[in-house]
Amino acid sequence: MKWLLVTAMVIATVLGDLLQSHEMKRAGEQSVSARGFARLLHVIAQRRLLILGIACNAVSFFSFMALVQTEPLSFAVPASSASFVLETLLAKFVLHERLGARRTAGALAVLAGVVLVGG
Amino acid sequence: MKNLTVRSGALLKTYSILLFFLALKAAGNSAMAWGMKQVPERMSMNPALYLRAMLNPFVAMGVVALILALLTRMALFSLADLSFVLPVTAVGYVIAVFLGKVFLHETVTHRRWLGTLLIFAGSALVGSTSSNTTRSSEVSA
Repeated sequence: MKWLLVTAMVIATVLGDLLQSHEMKRAGEQSVSARGFARLLHVIAQRRLLILGIACNAVSFFSFMALVQTEPLSFAVPASSASFVLETLLAKFVLHERLGARRTAGALAVLAGVVLVGG
Repeated sequence: MKNLTVRSGALLKTYSILLFFLALKAAGNSAMAWGMKQVPERMSMNPALYLRAMLNPFVAMGVVALILALLTRMALFSLADLSFVLPVTAVGYVIAVFLGKVFLHETVTHRRWLGTLLIFAGSALVGSTSSNTTRSSEVSA
């Protein structure tokens, strides 16, 4: 059961973030003022893939909640960081982002840090 | 020259939204953790329990802050790459450790301090790269 929850959490996180990143880049620059949030809600209502991305976030959140009810945080947090590796790779190959040596090194340092903090 | 001004403006906007996201996330998580400690029932798969927990004002404030944090993160995605947003928002772990140490008097082990230092260094390294390596295909008004 615990690996099923980890798998569901990782897949939902990866899919949710990829969809949101892709759709928000297409929607253009947004702001975080009161009007900005209203416009953002309008953008969400118009884009089905964005709504799917948010639904994936919800699946990821509840999988994490269910996981920490039975497993210690020291397992759940490092397990959830698997999504970090997958997302960075998919950002390069699916979203065509340029990672470069500095960003890759930084991402690896953050990953090691997350595993240490959670472990 | 004009190009440089536009780029530094976009960078300033990206970092302002990033700071706003980190503040909302920290405030939301803290309010939620504080409020949930005051809720007597243990959570289960029953959604009614979650709805009842939201009657606690701290839990309600936490939920509102975390919804705003979700929207702010989406605004950040409109300005910056996914491979940029993920590591730089991990600074949230550093803030959580700091808040836990200062306000909740939690014990922070050497291992956790080392992890915090790595996250901070890694985020700074990623933060020094260009935040957007792809271009928006549509621009909203």
